Amino acid sequence: MAASQALFSRPSGRSLRPPNWLICEDCDTVYLRPDLQAGEAAFCARCGAVLERHVRFGLDALAALVLTALIVFLMGNMWPVATLSLNGQEISATLWDMILIMWRDHSRIVGAITAITLFYFPLINLMGIGWLLLFARQGRRAPGFRPLMVAMHHLGPWTMSEVFVLGALVAMVKAKSYFDVMPDPGIYAYAVLTVLITIFAGIDLRRLWDHVPDHSP
Amino acid sequence: MSKALPRAHELGLIGCHVCGLVCREPRHPEAACPRCGSALVRRKPDSVTRTWALLIAAFIVYIPANVLPIMRTVSPGDVDDNTILTGVVELWDKGSQELAIIVFTASIVVPMLKFLVLGTLLICVQRGTHWAQPQRARLYRLIELIGHWSMLDVFVVALLTALVRFSLLSSVEPLPGVIFFGLTVVLTMFAALSFDPRLTWDDKGSE
Repeated sequence: MAASQALFSRPSGRSLRPPNWLICEDCDTVYLRPDLQAGEAAFCARCGAVLERHVRFGLDALAALVLTALIVFLMGNMWPVATLSLNGQEISATLWDMILIMWRDHSRIVGAITAITLFYFPLINLMGIGWLLLFARQGRRAPGFRPLMVAMHHLGPWTMSEVFVLGALVAMVKAKSYFDVMPDPGIYAYAVLTVLITIFAGIDLRRLWDHVPDHSP
Repeated sequence: MSKALPRAHELGLIGCHVCGLVCREPRHPEAACPRCGSALVRRKPDSVTRTWALLIAAFIVYIPANVLPIMRTVSPGDVDDNTILTGVVELWDKGSQELAIIVFTASIVVPMLKFLVLGTLLICVQRGTHWAQPQRARLYRLIELIGHWSMLDVFVVALLTALVRFSLLSSVEPLPGVIFFGLTVVLTMFAALSFDPRLTWDDKGSE
């Protein structure tokens, strides 16, 4: 391997530039970074993990997508998720009603889990991506680029908006045997958000490390 | 095989677990990634011990999560406590078989699968076996992918509690089971995150 020779002559602790090497996250196998065409993905020959996926969207399209997701997220949080009626009495609940009532009803841990996985982390995630893309479009690294990129990596698995859509569906079906239940706009907004989040899930934001060069000394 | 598919340590390389940067293996044990500043380690620290600890803790709270009721339904002249399993049965009886299967999968099958798969992966790593490595890698990715769907029942209870609060007539209250269940999901997710899938491909004693 000719390329690996050049590698060893570099001083210690230095990264390799240009970043043409790729290490499989699941099994540590080393590859030359593949040249992917639109819609293609590279898989690890040892363990089968996705090494890299070609991102169809440009930075502008991604930024538009994040903005849409943020708006939909706000709507999903402001509007009630469902309305329940019995004998002319009507009650609707938003996501925050859910969180606050769980907090009050001796289930603080559940309230906290709900707030974190359905509100704080998704919001931080979307705003973080938006912030990073805003600057990346101009070929710059956003202020706080490094800590944000690290934080986003750790937040990733704890965003559960898509689970909430299914949970709301189950809750409505359960309530339906006793009351009249109407789905409200909030849950439709969440359904749209799920689709958007699914699109994001296929995009490895870590490519921003390579795409946006670090100009600071 | 190792010639065709070289692994990072064989080339004196190390990949940052957070940002993916390929670096030369540092001489310092406490080196940081030059790009993102995260600790530069070959394997997640104490992966096997930590994963076992979290998995056992998750299993312990999984018992009250299933035995204790997760919510109480109060309707005129009737108080009904539901466990996870009776909730599934109720959905099935009321004619929502599809949803009953979904809830059963998310609340019972997925957590059990996580205990079984992570336990198996850990035992295989500790014994240094090469048995079924590609399948074990695939199982780990499956666990990572579906892990958070177990939170389903927690959100169901939370939304029902918020919706059904007609002061005198009827109400739904969360019961301690749902807290234990939420903790089970969080702990199993932490367990899956602290397991290092690279260990599946390491030879015993290579560390």
